[in-house]
Amino acid sequence: MADGDTATQPEGSTNGAAPARGGNPFVPRGVGGDGVGLDPTAPRALHANPSVVGSSQPLAISAGTPSDAPPVLGAGSASVGSPRGKVRIGDRIFLALTRGASGFVVLLVSLVAIFLVVKSLPSILDDKVNFFTSSEWSTTAGNLRFGIAPLLYTTVAISVLAMILAVPTAIGIALFITHYAPKRVARPVAYAIDLLAAIPSIIYGIWGAAVLAPHLAGVQRALYHLGGFPLFKDRNVPTGSLFDGGVVLAIMILPIVTAISRDVFERTPRENIEAALALGSTKWEMIRMAVLPYGRGGVISGAMLGLGRALGETIAVFLILSKVSNFSPSIFSGGETFASKIANSASEFSNPESTGAFIAAGLVLFVLTFVVNAAARMIVNRRKDFT
Amino acid sequence: MAKSIEAKNLNVYYGKFLAVSNVNFTVAPNSVTAFIGPSGCGKSTVLRTINRMHEVIAGATVQGKVLLDGEDIYDDGIDPVAVRRTIGMVFQRPNPFPTMSIYDNVAAGLKLQSGRTRKADLDGVVEKSLRSANLWAEVKDRLSKPGAGLSGGQQQRLCIARAIAVQPDVLLMDEPCSALDPISTMAIEDLIRQLKKDYTIVIVTHNMQQAARISERTAFFNLSATGQPGELVEMGETPKMFTTPTDKRTEDYISGAFG
Ligand SMILES: Nc1ncnc2c1ncn2[C@@H]1O[C@H](COP(=O)(O)OP(=O)(O)O)[C@@H](O)[C@H]1O
Ligand SMILES: [Mg+2]
Repeated sequence: MADGDTATQPEGSTNGAAPARGGNPFVPRGVGGDGVGLDPTAPRALHANPSVVGSSQPLAISAGTPSDAPPVLGAGSASVGSPRGKVRIGDRIFLALTRGASGFVVLLVSLVAIFLVVKSLPSILDDKVNFFTSSEWSTTAGNLRFGIAPLLYTTVAISVLAMILAVPTAIGIALFITHYAPKRVARPVAYAIDLLAAIPSIIYGIWGAAVLAPHLAGVQRALYHLGGFPLFKDRNVPTGSLFDGGVVLAIMILPIVTAISRDVFERTPRENIEAALALGSTKWEMIRMAVLPYGRGGVISGAMLGLGRALGETIAVFLILSKVSNFSPSIFSGGETFASKIANSASEFSNPESTGAFIAAGLVLFVLTFVVNAAARMIVNRRKDFT
Repeated sequence: MAKSIEAKNLNVYYGKFLAVSNVNFTVAPNSVTAFIGPSGCGKSTVLRTINRMHEVIAGATVQGKVLLDGEDIYDDGIDPVAVRRTIGMVFQRPNPFPTMSIYDNVAAGLKLQSGRTRKADLDGVVEKSLRSANLWAEVKDRLSKPGAGLSGGQQQRLCIARAIAVQPDVLLMDEPCSALDPISTMAIEDLIRQLKKDYTIVIVTHNMQQAARISERTAFFNLSATGQPGELVEMGETPKMFTTPTDKRTEDYISGAFG
């Protein structure tokens, strides 16, 4: 993106930013610097925004470059041709609104975090076993024995499995839609994938449990016989294994990852594509040379959005996974995720102490989502000087 | 190495729109040929038929022949990918791969062609190409830095290095200096004069002084009216084209543009 400026730079001159900053009377001083949500240099901020990742609204993400628009509108169009004083007031109001909105979001997230900590801390302190490593879960008031180890494992395992299945598929579909399929095929395919996002999770849950899981039994049996390594051992549930859950989650996050990948692949600069083709690359080589590197950041953002959704998905996982009495790391075993555990236990929220145990589980999920986001941001930023 | 080019009865279409009609020309090996003419007359379009880049645009087609040392690159059995590997191209806007380092940009074409090249060989070719592009001294200490971090003129020379790294037979350039400042432009012109030793060069330029400075032969393209197909009006020795052209239209264009 920055290559646009440098391309037309005369040799020896330093940087494209200087003249714009010094001389443009239309850009009010304050706007560029302190608008929290306005930084135009962070076009993917929305994708990595924790509050978005945490939510389970699938359709909230389809917009391409939402964060690009506001600064342009605010700084540019409002000011051109209007008298000076009026412009300032409009800008101030706009600035105050955006500041207020972003401040409100930050406040909201902080309040949720505080709520989680305050409500769960007494129970964690009262825990008779290690909160992080224990696999017990008994929330009888006065004798709290609960640990999140199996919940954490199941949540992460099922989500990672979903990612492993969904991300390559999504990339494949996105490439097909953007670079292989003729328009009249591409459009319906894209539309169909988008429709997947419109199916409520409860439907996925019922379908996964009643229809898909029995069909996957054969696949699991085959993989099980392949080898004895721990991930494939222990077929201790007939249906409702982590594998079943992972497959359904993969289908659920497919539209998000596909939509975002499609979006970035579509925007690969024509000149990069032509550069690759002119060197004598085949279509696939061109895609590896120009399209995939360009889309890398976007695909990662999309994958992380999907991961965020998978981690927090509740009702579908709740319906699909079979509970087991003995924890096993095998993906053919059953289990519970943070979300499904909490959903499963609403009847136990009878006193603050046992409720606190579940809120503690929620807190870990909250932190986990944050960590995933931070990691995604780091990955995207690390190679920033190359894009 | 350097090969001759001969275009025969080229009609070039964008969908149903005939953009250029009935173009015929020959280009000798190890020469520099300039395409000039008003914008929209089809210079880029014709240039892109020479390495079959025209057809990567949806709906774009070509009728006629382009002979590379006598062999028709539009023959049925010919793979366009193979054609592009032997005919390098430099674009109007410098377009290094933004995610690749300087080194990888130069090596990109090579990695395509030979699959797995030994690192030492690759190093050698990268250095040689960058030297030929007069860029080595400026970048030798930062080969692993992104190519997009160079100045415009350096980026364009990087793109030339990338194109010649695979030792093509022909080098096509579409207004390679139009996005550059005068000093970078001079650097590229010097480079073109040197590269002529090894390659056949065809360059589109809107700058007639440039055509006069670097080319041996010049082709003048024109458009009789908008919506009409462009055509090749006349082609000849550059000095003659700029002093005593045969065609009235060439004379008008040149005197208008120079005067
Ligand atoms: N991708 C395209 N699709 C359709 N028409 C095109 C395309 N590129 C160029 N043209 C048309 O072809 C004609 C020649 O264009 P071009 O070769 O770019 O001219 P020049 O390089 O001489 O300025 C113009 O009428 C132009 O509008
Ligand atoms: Mg052109």
